[in-house]
Amino acid sequence: MSGATLLKESGPREVFCGLTSIVWLHRRMPDAFFLVVGSRTCAHLIQSAAGVMIFAEPRFGTAILEERDLAGLADAHDELNRVVKNLLARRPEIKTLFLVGSCPSEVIKIDLSRVAENLNIELKGQVTVLNYSGSGIETTFTQGEDGALKALIPLMPKSDQKKLLLVGTLANAVEDRLTSIFNRLGINNVESFPPRQSTDLPSIGPETKVLLTQPYLTDTARELKNKGAEIIEAPFPLGVTGSTLWIQAAANSFGIEKSLVDSILNPLISRAKQALAPHVEKLSGKKLFLLPESQLEIPLARFLSNECGMEIVEIGTPYLNRDLMKAEIDLLPPDCRIVEGQHVERQLDRVRDSSPDLVVCGMGLANPLEAEGISTKWSIEMVFSPIHGIDQASDLAELFSRPLRRHEILNPKTLTSH
Amino acid sequence: MELTLWTYEGPPHIGAMRIATSMKKLHYVLHAPQGDTYADLLFTMIERRGSRPPVTYTTFQARDLGGDTAELVKGHIKEAVDRFNPEALLVGESCTAELIQDQPGSLAKGMGFDIPIVSLELPAYSKKENWGGSETFYQIVRNLLKDKSEESNQIWQEEKRRPRVNLLGPTLLGFRCRDDILEIQKLLGQHGIDVNVVAPLGASPADIIRIPDADVNVCLYPEIAESTCIWLERNLNMPFTTTVPLGVGATQDFLRELHEVLGMEIPQSVNESNNSKLTWYSNSVDSNYLTGKRVFIFGDGTHALAAARIANEELGFKVVGLGTYSREMARKVRPAAKALGLEALITNDYLEVEEAIKETSPELVLGTQMERHSAKRLGIPCAVISTPMHVQDVPARYSPQMGWEGANVIFDDWVHPLMMGLEEHLIGMFKHDFEFVDGHQSHLGHLGGKGTENIKQGVKTIISNDSTNTSADPIWTHEGERELSKIPFFVRGKVRRNTENYARQAGCREINEETLYDAKAHYKA
Repeated sequence: MSGATLLKESGPREVFCGLTSIVWLHRRMPDAFFLVVGSRTCAHLIQSAAGVMIFAEPRFGTAILEERDLAGLADAHDELNRVVKNLLARRPEIKTLFLVGSCPSEVIKIDLSRVAENLNIELKGQVTVLNYSGSGIETTFTQGEDGALKALIPLMPKSDQKKLLLVGTLANAVEDRLTSIFNRLGINNVESFPPRQSTDLPSIGPETKVLLTQPYLTDTARELKNKGAEIIEAPFPLGVTGSTLWIQAAANSFGIEKSLVDSILNPLISRAKQALAPHVEKLSGKKLFLLPESQLEIPLARFLSNECGMEIVEIGTPYLNRDLMKAEIDLLPPDCRIVEGQHVERQLDRVRDSSPDLVVCGMGLANPLEAEGISTKWSIEMVFSPIHGIDQASDLAELFSRPLRRHEILNPKTLTSH
Repeated sequence: MELTLWTYEGPPHIGAMRIATSMKKLHYVLHAPQGDTYADLLFTMIERRGSRPPVTYTTFQARDLGGDTAELVKGHIKEAVDRFNPEALLVGESCTAELIQDQPGSLAKGMGFDIPIVSLELPAYSKKENWGGSETFYQIVRNLLKDKSEESNQIWQEEKRRPRVNLLGPTLLGFRCRDDILEIQKLLGQHGIDVNVVAPLGASPADIIRIPDADVNVCLYPEIAESTCIWLERNLNMPFTTTVPLGVGATQDFLRELHEVLGMEIPQSVNESNNSKLTWYSNSVDSNYLTGKRVFIFGDGTHALAAARIANEELGFKVVGLGTYSREMARKVRPAAKALGLEALITNDYLEVEEAIKETSPELVLGTQMERHSAKRLGIPCAVISTPMHVQDVPARYSPQMGWEGANVIFDDWVHPLMMGLEEHLIGMFKHDFEFVDGHQSHLGHLGGKGTENIKQGVKTIISNDSTNTSADPIWTHEGERELSKIPFFVRGKVRRNTENYARQAGCREINEETLYDAKAHYKA
């Protein structure tokens, strides 16, 4: 490991819970429905984070627990059964139903796996019912995706085929692009997990090589390993370097000639660097503070520091998986401060003390920081935007340079000295 | 258990947060897991607040549940008091913490602080946001004023000073509260009435303690302030006004009521017709086309009721639907709907509201942010009149809803979407001209003609679901469809439905051009 300082902090947090990942998961798998078993708070959280109002009928909803559901557990199971059947009657296009546990359902110990099991027997395969927890007492933001993917793994068929499996939700266009690059390298059997249709699950076996596209898939990676798959160690495909190393790691694992890899990647790399240059000019030397939320903080910091010349004040992360993040931490500049967990008040004190040029943070904190004159970038945008891969590096950089550019336009530096 | 895809109101602790964030020098310790911190974004994004809500979340985790969560709560309370130094502390819990029963309010009271501690019990599994806001405001006022006696009550005539009132109920994430307060203050100033305290918005605990210095309370937003006003009347003998000054007529009524309660003579100026431009604008010839416009109204109780009165009495619209998502306000909305010959729609299900909109084929929808989206899908003009709202409903410009200027704003906000509706009408009239390009885009236009299709489909579904209908559905001939397409889009659904009903009654198997005219004559007769 490099000289990064790893610290832990606890206290009041300001982060989304795992339910929030439904917002991008439901778009990835349009034949799936996500039913949160929770409270009005859960429903309100998701609609506030997702802007649900633009949908005629969204493919996610909440079975809201009411007082009488808390009185007797057997009733709660029956009630959930009833709600699910009504839902499925109304939405016959649903192929997979995720029952998503929440803080209240975990605390009162509603057994969602049992409800799912009974429903699967009754529904006789017309709809597959799965369960996982997105509760805020156990999961943060992107960990919800980890839980959902883990729930799908037992359904993956076995296979001895040699293949590359890209794991983690990607924008469809980015997925196509990355697949075509791997094809050009001679890796023709490339599949993605989660798939674009929930019923179209990739097969898995000892010849499956897994390349993680997202850094937050701790449980999923472990389960895939248990299924015999090999996890390729690599940094994550953010920025030119990260994406290059990521592709190279897969190529190595498949025994592809280095000269072929170079001949295909080098033109992409030089083009991407060219596109990156104007952003580097804007970002270089600027101070960056990342508050914890998506677990993408470390790879983002690595990209913004190594390729864009930003000075890292602090990298917050809600959770640090040292194994999955090893390759990333190795690439960080020495003396980088990584803080796992959060005490939001003390962290904001540090933000103010260090007067950074840009803070990556959640939506609740953005305007208060902007009002103090500090530019911000919403971390939730990273999970919605196509940012992965060599070709996307300049788009990724632009997400960070735009707020700085805007700040300069609106607050021009006057030449008069005070 | 209730399946919810979208909810008009948040849980009750969001109501408590609205009160806490509206006030100054107050802090709220909320026993809640980390995900509940999403609530901050409601204030910082929708209201564009440049400061964080004064809320400390205990953000307990699963691993804390095995240990002593009470100690965790106390630690957060102590830190919050030390750091924020509030004049009073609110302590409460969200849905999950309610289940583990740490009773944070009692814990806080046992910690020996010398500031008032207001403990909130907001049942998350049976109550909602507005109730939570109302209960929180009531608990704050009751806790801070419980030792005040009736004798402290003042009478302006005896003290030889101008009368003064409190404006109660405005909050953040309420509809246009920021500007309503300014407008009402201006209005009262014109009548020689001073404002003593505005609360909760902008008030500190010290201001709450000054509430009894006023002669009368003005209950501006009953959803938030009614229970507090009742308590102040019972315990401190402070009368309160019940008319909400939304619209010209209601503003006049409000001024009359307030003068009466204060023992003042009602000035003639209240009745003058030029207080608000709405009156003349509505009388002007250009507004003739507003007559009988079909309008569907849905929102919180106060704004829906006010909208129905304004639409019916001041703009000459025809109210074809009236409802609220607020069960607490159903008692008031039901008779108002009945007086208009309607049955009130009381529901928390936006799909049910959307169905009702389809069924009544209105020309204008007045609703919440969700009805704006439904109306957009259906291609019907819409104005937002109530929370829940989105960032565009917190405008930069001064745009109150209450008082004379509020009536002006309402006229513009409701009628401007219809101006464009008239344009749509013209398109309907001229669309067979060769110059006309099909798919013409107006402001509603990204739907093109699709909105009308939606209405058609909606109507068809309703008909096919009608199990009492035993006769076969009549078939539209080519000529019939062509004639129907000449009718302006916003009434087309209604005409289609009426004609089909008529055809069924008359025993017609098919609907041609003549059937349409027969049906028209039948319904006009």
